[in-house]
Parts: sequence; structure tokens; C-alpha cells
Amino acid sequence: MIQESGQPAPAAFEKMLWQYRGEPGMIIPLLQAAQESYGYVPPAAIERIASVTGTPEAEICGVITFYKQFRLKPLGKHVIRLCKGTACHVVGAETVGQVIEDELKVVPDETTEDGIFTYMVVACLGCCSLAPAMMIDEQTYGRLTPQTIRKLLRQYRRDAQKM
Amino acid sequence: MREIVIGMGSCGLAAGGQKVYQRFEELLGSGDHGASLKKTGCIGMCHAEVLVEVREEGTESVFYGNVTPEKADAIFESHVKNGKIAAEFVFDAAASGAQQKRIVLRNSGVIDPDNLDEYLARQGYKALEKALTSMTREEVVATVADAGLRGRGGAGFPTGTKWKFAAGYRDEHKYIICNADEGDPGAFMDRSVLESDPHSVLEGMAIAAYAIGADAGYIYVRAEYPEAIKHLKHAIAEATARGFLGDDIFGKGFKFNIRLKEGAGAFVCGEETALIASIEGKRGMPRVRPPFPVESGLWGHPTCINNVETLANVAWIILNGAAAFKALGTEGSKGTKVFALAGKIKNGGLVEVPMGMTLNDVIYKIGGGTTLGGPFKAVQMGGPSGGCIPASLGETPVDYEQITATGAIMGSGGMVVMDETTCMVDVARFFLSFTQNESCGKCTFCRIGTKRMLEILQRICEGKGKEEDIGLLRELGEQIKSSSLCGLGQSAPNPVLTTLRYFMDEYTAHIHDKKCPAKSCLALVEFAIDAGKCIGCGLCLSSCAVGAITGEKKKPHAIDAGKCVRCGKCMTVCNVNAIEKR
Ligand SMILES: Cc1cc2nc3c(=O)[nH]c(=O)nc-3n(C[C@H](O)[C@H](O)[C@H](O)COP(=O)(O)O)c2cc1C
Repeated sequence: MIQESGQPAPAAFEKMLWQYRGEPGMIIPLLQAAQESYGYVPPAAIERIASVTGTPEAEICGVITFYKQFRLKPLGKHVIRLCKGTACHVVGAETVGQVIEDELKVVPDETTEDGIFTYMVVACLGCCSLAPAMMIDEQTYGRLTPQTIRKLLRQYRRDAQKM
Repeated sequence: MREIVIGMGSCGLAAGGQKVYQRFEELLGSGDHGASLKKTGCIGMCHAEVLVEVREEGTESVFYGNVTPEKADAIFESHVKNGKIAAEFVFDAAASGAQQKRIVLRNSGVIDPDNLDEYLARQGYKALEKALTSMTREEVVATVADAGLRGRGGAGFPTGTKWKFAAGYRDEHKYIICNADEGDPGAFMDRSVLESDPHSVLEGMAIAAYAIGADAGYIYVRAEYPEAIKHLKHAIAEATARGFLGDDIFGKGFKFNIRLKEGAGAFVCGEETALIASIEGKRGMPRVRPPFPVESGLWGHPTCINNVETLANVAWIILNGAAAFKALGTEGSKGTKVFALAGKIKNGGLVEVPMGMTLNDVIYKIGGGTTLGGPFKAVQMGGPSGGCIPASLGETPVDYEQITATGAIMGSGGMVVMDETTCMVDVARFFLSFTQNESCGKCTFCRIGTKRMLEILQRICEGKGKEEDIGLLRELGEQIKSSSLCGLGQSAPNPVLTTLRYFMDEYTAHIHDKKCPAKSCLALVEFAIDAGKCIGCGLCLSSCAVGAITGEKKKPHAIDAGKCVRCGKCMTVCNVNAIEKR
């Protein structure tokens, strides 16, 4: 799904731009659509939103950098979201993060060299009773131990390399 | 006819609910077994997910806990096919259930959230009908005010009063916003309600809209809650199709439509003025109040903002009357409160208790005590805006004023239980790093003051704390509280100030004795190998970056404390838990 900026915009994002009729408050939904389509917000999408809505690019960038959801860089094939909420913190999320960083050789918000994983830390996934927890893409994994994390990450990497 | 009900809220799904559901589907497909299968939302006992309930008319439901596809086979064979309860997998739900009172969670874990008919069968939209057909707007406001309902989003502002203000302003457009931003780390009440019983929130919004004269509603929901968003979208479409939302509800000429807005990941957007800015498509920065949103909110129109749980109470109050609601609770806090019990607790999950129950009762009678069985040390309430209440105040009842008197706040309902392995200095540091990160940067003290406080806490945890640090923390804390615009800054120092108040001995131990009593701050503990457990596999030896571990293959290894830099890596690689913190 990830495309380089400069290429034609994917249909979903383009359609939303076409449907825009000057309703107020559409910058964030448009950015969400761009990110949904490209996997991140490329410069070309910012230019398009600016010209269609008549909002200065600087203002759009202000919105992008304010919210944690928006990314200006492409994502890896799998996205790891490690929960560092309170419940996870008190049962060892710190250690879990350490294991992920060692195993993947990344720090939060980085993508591994092979482009397979992007590693992020989030405030709370809301499944506190499964702490410590993390999500890989849409799948949640709970009651993690260093052993299970290593196994999981290696499994994902093997599967990704096979494809 | 037996009915198999599977808990498929986020916790259930995370624990593998989908696989269990599929397994039952396959088993049922194998022939006619006189049973049906259904999904439901959060049953509340998250610690025992995947939960499966087998219902049968005329008998008590049986709950099965920690169900896997393999256990599903056994349950199916014995209970569903042959009517014999599979006793070894039964989960006793009665003990914690008896202490609870379910108003907000009345349908959670009972109905299929995607099926409007099931909501209707449990008096769904009857309250809206009653309000529209037999009550004036003023009567609705008066009933909610009389019930004593207070905002469940944290501040506890009386809902009836807020509605009365909003109703008092005249404008061509008015809005009602449901605040489903739930940013508190360690809280998942609102998510569970949205996933398990979305219509109760929609109905509450429609009643609120009628009461204040709003024609449109927004639900501002965190993008991190994909399941909740899915159920809400479905519920809005279904309610609109059946005329419970739309341009002429119950033929009374009442128009009300709801739109969903996904947040984009900023804790401060839970604050009402920031939330409005975010819906307007701007950076979500709080602004000065007054004017309050009830006077000038979304796009300058009167706007009433209520929390998910607040709204989920409304239909029940309209149907059962203010007196029934008032009968529960204390002098100043009526009704019930939903808590997300988590941390070092045996039976973590979602519970709803009458106001006035003591913290001890919530933790021991409902939560089953701590994971390790010992006493709890403290309970954190109110998340980053709240504080840690020590066990010595365990008899404090759940009541807005009394919780506030401890220095914590009722908050939105996160209750994280901590035992003697939790370091209170580290907990304070954790919350401060959260608020410091989430500060929008508008107010100087919140932006820079929290950063300085965090640096001080960090150095205390690293064993580099100084005598004067305590005074500095207190001084900064008071300054941040008094010179910040919104609740984020005004409450950010609370976790630090409450731990200073109740757990000074731990701060002293870190600063003077360079010890972490909970053995949690790595820089202040000593690592050692338990020779009895070590199998001499060499994993730790090869993981140690500084060569502090020695030992022969197949013989117990040892750590040289002089060389050890306390990174803790050996502990994470050991497969037999032989590495200890001393
Ligand atoms: C930093 C900050 C974060 C907040 N987050 C939330 C939240 O996630 N959910 C919520 O309902 N209220 C939150 N609030 C409180 C809201 O500003 C507001 O008081 C509440 O939504 C009103 O609804 P209620 O009266 O029904 O409680 C937050 C307040 C502050 C200052």
C-alpha cells in the first residue's frame, strides 16, 4: 500500500478530496484518509489538501505535528504498538520494551533496516487485564514475557521473509 | 434450546475470542445440536477471558473461563451436546457479581451489541420514547438534576446543571458532544461500554439533545479504539434506519443526527475546549473559559459535552425515575461508578459498584485481593491527574469529595492496584513522563515545569537524588498547579504530590540510602544468580555486554557486582528465572 510521494494519489483519498464541499473541520479527516491510503502523509498529500481546502500548508503541518497519529515517514510492513499504560508499566512494560529494542535494534518510532517492523510506544491499549500487552498490526498479544516476545517477533520476521 | 455466548470485547478478542468463536461455529455446523451461537461485548471479568456463557431457559447460566479452542471441544461435548456441565472449566462469577450494581453496564455482556433488536428487547429506546411523548424538556432536565447525576468524565460536575445552562441559551444550532476520548492510561470503562452497548450511549445523547434543544451530535472517539468505532458506526446506521435517530423521531418532529469524529492521538483533546478545537480541524489546544462551551462551543454555538458513562446512565434514570437512582450512593455522590480494575489484582476487569462502597471492598471483595495474595500497598485513582491512595486509607468510600480529600481524584474510573513490588517514586515518574509528553505546550509552567520535575524524578530513580530535590518537587508542583490554564497542568503534579505525602520513606530511601525498597529501580538493585536454579546454559553470559558474568557450561554462573552495570539484560534472557534482584 505504501507509495512514494509524487505518484498518483490512491482512490480513497482522491475521492474524499472530490467530495469536499467546503464543510468546516475537514482537515483531520482528510489527513486520516491520506494516511489510510499511503500509510503516511506524504508531501504531495499536504499540497493537495492545501490547494483543495485553501488552508495554508503551514497550518496543515501544524495540525500534523500536533497529533501523534500522523506520520511523515512510511511504515514498515508490520506495526508494533507496545502499551506503556499504567497497568502495563507496573507489571514490567519497561522490560518488554527493552527486549523489543534489543531484538529489532530500533528505538521507538523507528523502522527496522529490513523494513519489516515499525516500533511504536503507545499510552494505553485498554486491555489492562492482559498486561503487559502489545499489538502487532490489528492483533493484540497479552501477558507477554521476554520469551514469548522473541518467539513472536521471530515468527513474524520469518513469515515476512518468506513472502 | 441452549445459547452459547462468547465475550468478544477487545479483551476477549485479545485473549483469542475469535478462535474460540470459530471453533464453536465448526462444532455447531457438524449437525443439529439444538443450540445457537452469539457474540456479546465485555462481560467484565477480563482476567478470565476468553469467557463463554452457556444459557438455557429455566436454569442458571454457566460461565466458563480461560476458554481455548481445545476447551471449547470439551465444553461442547459435555454441556452443549449432553447437558452435563463441564465442571472443571467452570468459572465462578457469583462472588464478585453479587457486590455489584449494574446500571451503566446493564446490557454489557448480555446483548449482542450489533443487534438493535436485542437492545430493544431490554427496554431500549423506551426512555427516549417516554421523554419525547410524555415529558417536557424542562421535566427531563429536572429529573436528571434531581437524580443527582454527576459527570463521570472526571470533574464530577452536576449533569442536570450543565443541561440547564445549555438549554438556557438560544441559537439556531446547538450541539451535544459525547466525549469518548478516554486517554487515561489504565482506564477502559468507556471503551467497554461503547463496544458492548453502543445504543445506550446513543439513546442518552438523544435524550440530552431533546432536553437542551440540540439538533446534532458528535461522538469524539479515540482512533486507538477500532472495535468501538466499528460497533458505533453500525449502531448509528441501525438506529437511523429504524427512526430512533433522524429528522422526525417517534413522529414528534424532533430532529437529531449523530456523527462520529475520530481523534488523532492527543491526550489533551479529552479536555472540552481542546476537543472542540480538534473537531473544528485545528490543533487541539485548550482555551480560556469562560465562555464555557454551553454558551459558545463548537463553531461558536452552545455545546454540551458529556462523558460516555454519564450518558449511559441517562436512559435508566428517565425510565426508573430519579428516586431509584438517588437511593444508591452517598450524600453528594449518587448512583454507581464503573471502575477498570487493573495492576497487581487477582480479578482484574470492569466492575460497577454503588457509590459509597469502600476501596477495600472493591479491591478485596470484588477484585479478590492482590495477585500474590499479600496486602495492597496503594491504589492509583484518576490516572495522570489523580494520585496514589495508601492502604491505610482503604476504608475511604467511593465518593467524589472523600476521594478528593485524599489528594487523588475519582477521575474517570481507572483503579490500578499496587503491591510492595511497585516503586512509588517510579510510579510518580511514570505519570509525569506521560503528562510532560502530552502537554500541549501552551502554558509555560506545564510545558517546562513538568520537564524539570521529570528530570528530578529521573535522577532520584537513578540514585543521584539530592537532599533539596524534595523541596524543589513540592515548589514546582504547586506552581504548575496554580499557573496552568487547563486541567492537564492543574492536575499533572498530583501523582508526585500524593506520593510525597504518603510515601516519603521511599523517596528518602532512594535519596539517602540509595536503595529502592520495591527493587524496581534498576540502578539501585543488585543482580545475583540463584545457584539452585541456574542450569549453566550460558545465555546470560553471552548477553552481558560488560563481561560481568562468569561460569562454566552446565555449572551455576555468577555475577561480579563490581563490573555489573545493572542493565537487567541477563534477567530478560534467562529461561529459568534464576536471576534475582537483591
Ligand atoms: C487533560 C484532560 C483530559 C480529559 N480527558 C477526558 C476524557 O478522556 N474523557 C472524558 O469524558 N472527559 C475528559 N476530560 C474532562 C472533560 O474536559 C469534561 O469535563 C467532560 O468530558 C465533561 O463530561 P461529564 O460532565 O459528563 O463528565 C478531560 C479533561 C482534561 C483537563
